[in-house]
Amino acid sequence: MTPIRTALAGLADMFAYPLRHSHYLELVNPLWTQHVLKARVVHVSDETADTRTLTLRPGRGWRSHRAGQFVRVGVPIDGKRHTRTYSISSAPARDDGCITVTIKTVDGGRVSQHLARHVKVGQYLPLGEPQGEFVMPESMPVHPLFITGGSGITPVMSMLRSTVLEYDVIPDTVHMHYAPHAQDVIFGAELTALQAGQKYYQLHKYYTRANAQAASVHFSAEQLERACPDWREREVWACGPAAMLDAVEAHWAQAGLSRQLHTERFHARVAPLPAAGVKEGRVWFAASAVQAQSDGTTCLLQVAEDAGLNPAHGCRMGICHGCNTTLVSGCVRDSRTGALISEAGDTVQVCVCTAVGDVELAL
Amino acid sequence: MPIPAHLTPDDIAGFGREIEAIRNEVMDSRGERDARYIYRLIKVQRSMALGARLVIYASLALLPQWGHAAAGWQFFWPVIALGTLMLGCAKILENMEIGHNISHAQWDWLRDPAIQSGSWEWDHVCPSDQWKHSHNVKHHTWTNVFGKDADVGGYGLLRLFSNQRWKPFNLGNPVYAVLLALLFEWGIAIQELELGKVVSGRMKWSSIRPMWRKTRAKMGRQILKDYILFPLLAGPFFLYVCGANAVANVLRNLWTYLIIFCGHFPMDVHVFTKDEVENETRQHWYVRQLLGSCNIGGGKLFHIMSGNLSHQIEHHLFPDMPSNRYPEVAPRVRELCARYKLPYNSGSLTRQFGTTVLRILRMTFPGYSPLLDGPPPRRVKAAL
Repeated sequence: MTPIRTALAGLADMFAYPLRHSHYLELVNPLWTQHVLKARVVHVSDETADTRTLTLRPGRGWRSHRAGQFVRVGVPIDGKRHTRTYSISSAPARDDGCITVTIKTVDGGRVSQHLARHVKVGQYLPLGEPQGEFVMPESMPVHPLFITGGSGITPVMSMLRSTVLEYDVIPDTVHMHYAPHAQDVIFGAELTALQAGQKYYQLHKYYTRANAQAASVHFSAEQLERACPDWREREVWACGPAAMLDAVEAHWAQAGLSRQLHTERFHARVAPLPAAGVKEGRVWFAASAVQAQSDGTTCLLQVAEDAGLNPAHGCRMGICHGCNTTLVSGCVRDSRTGALISEAGDTVQVCVCTAVGDVELAL
Repeated sequence: MPIPAHLTPDDIAGFGREIEAIRNEVMDSRGERDARYIYRLIKVQRSMALGARLVIYASLALLPQWGHAAAGWQFFWPVIALGTLMLGCAKILENMEIGHNISHAQWDWLRDPAIQSGSWEWDHVCPSDQWKHSHNVKHHTWTNVFGKDADVGGYGLLRLFSNQRWKPFNLGNPVYAVLLALLFEWGIAIQELELGKVVSGRMKWSSIRPMWRKTRAKMGRQILKDYILFPLLAGPFFLYVCGANAVANVLRNLWTYLIIFCGHFPMDVHVFTKDEVENETRQHWYVRQLLGSCNIGGGKLFHIMSGNLSHQIEHHLFPDMPSNRYPEVAPRVRELCARYKLPYNSGSLTRQFGTTVLRILRMTFPGYSPLLDGPPPRRVKAAL
């Protein structure tokens, strides 16, 4: 923003105090706000039986992403906001200013199922800034090898689309893609079209569960030699299930070429619930850099105080919220209701919550 | 009046358990409906605030000096009054149903960073952080306990209960009460500073200076907005806009004072000494919250305009429950009270405010009032 616009915005904020002028612009159009970033869902389309692409128009304040980056997308389910991270599958240079995220429903994954099935055109979703280092160098010619599995295709699709948009011709590229069956290939038609229309783009598809009798097909050294004999000379971008990435990483490490390998992993931000009966655990107070031991029954405020910390607090009985802090990882139990809190970023009232296993708090 | 003697420890535990069962049930059922309520309310409030400012400026076009057909005092006054009333209502909604309740963490579960208790700043001269301490911590934890809850102590200004020692200063009770009502937001802003202790020499000025700096900054920004910037937009009609904003702020002060005084000071409300609450359990705390709070009857709009503090009892039992759920919880709490033979102090606005005014007037003079505070305890111990 120009200095004059910044000054005007600052002046307008003084009128809107304690809110900001953008809170009032939000009344007219949620995409005009600056205090939060939102995106309007402008289109939804199915890719495969369990995968759907959302086309989002980000609001003012969005800065363009680099192909391969991911973004945090929020969605309220029963009022409560859940946030998940998705690779952007569209090219940054897309001329309508929209981005797409492609969401595969995860078995038992409430958020992905909600995003893929219940989000409607016209809805506004909170959006984060584009992040991540899984990108191609901007000013250096590369001859890449892409290894993707399942929905791991999404960041690579952004790279391919971006290259086509900017240069028309995809340079010498080998792409190994794994999917359970032919009908499960996300962007299948588009990939086939690229394969037909781009003479330097070689696509190898592997169907891991196509043959019910035979053992499943997974990444192997032989496959790699056959598909891409010059793999040692190539820069590699790999994204897919953890098992696939483990195999790829091991292979490149063995060859001493880990430097050429870029991988992208997505971890669920929800801690797995500890086994029943887990009581003791370590508590890590991140901001204070203090570790303490919890017996699973002492409230976390007491644990912190016993460890020599003096966190802000008030009533010590869960009513004033003066001790609220954020869960970084792990799981805690609200001793009043027995409810478990396990999603990173959740608020924890330390005076009434106890640790369940190992916990990290922002405190 | 202390905790009723007919309750056995088992009764108290049982009452507490049932209260917690209600809480858990409602908290588990929070969902889309509640989210829609608060978002819609915020939208209505912001639109109203914006609309109110516009109506106030529009009224200036009707001043008689313009000489057009619709110009004249008879047109100007109703329009500026409407704008002022709208602005007052917008501020009431912001302070009560929105700001007060967000600061109680009633909406933290939505996980929307825009309406979190930790970061919400309200349209009020008292900084949210300070208010949360004097309100959420002191007032809600120590409700109606003399020497702990500044509200029950008459904000250090009023004598409100028979067991507060009478001083000649209390002869000014009605005058202080009116002044406090008119300037309520300022009273709340300086309450946490505990100026009384500084004046009497029990605390050093230097110890409250950091807090005073923050309060002063907040006051400055509020004054700048309502009494300088918005009036400046009106150019030569500065004073009209300034006046309208001042009246809107005072309307908000009077209304919040009315609702809040009716929450804890009507006839038959219970008050407690520090000794009585020493080592109390969570179950005792529920009983004390019930006895120390009073509801006001009214319609849906009245409840929303009072920030649902007309359900003061439910608010004190469940301070972090979304306020739009208090009306549905109230009959269950009332039924529970009937079963445990506990009083449920609820009445019309006339009854609740009438007896509050009576209290302010009666406590101007020394002595114990059995009418307002029940039969005197056998061993009258001055709490203050």
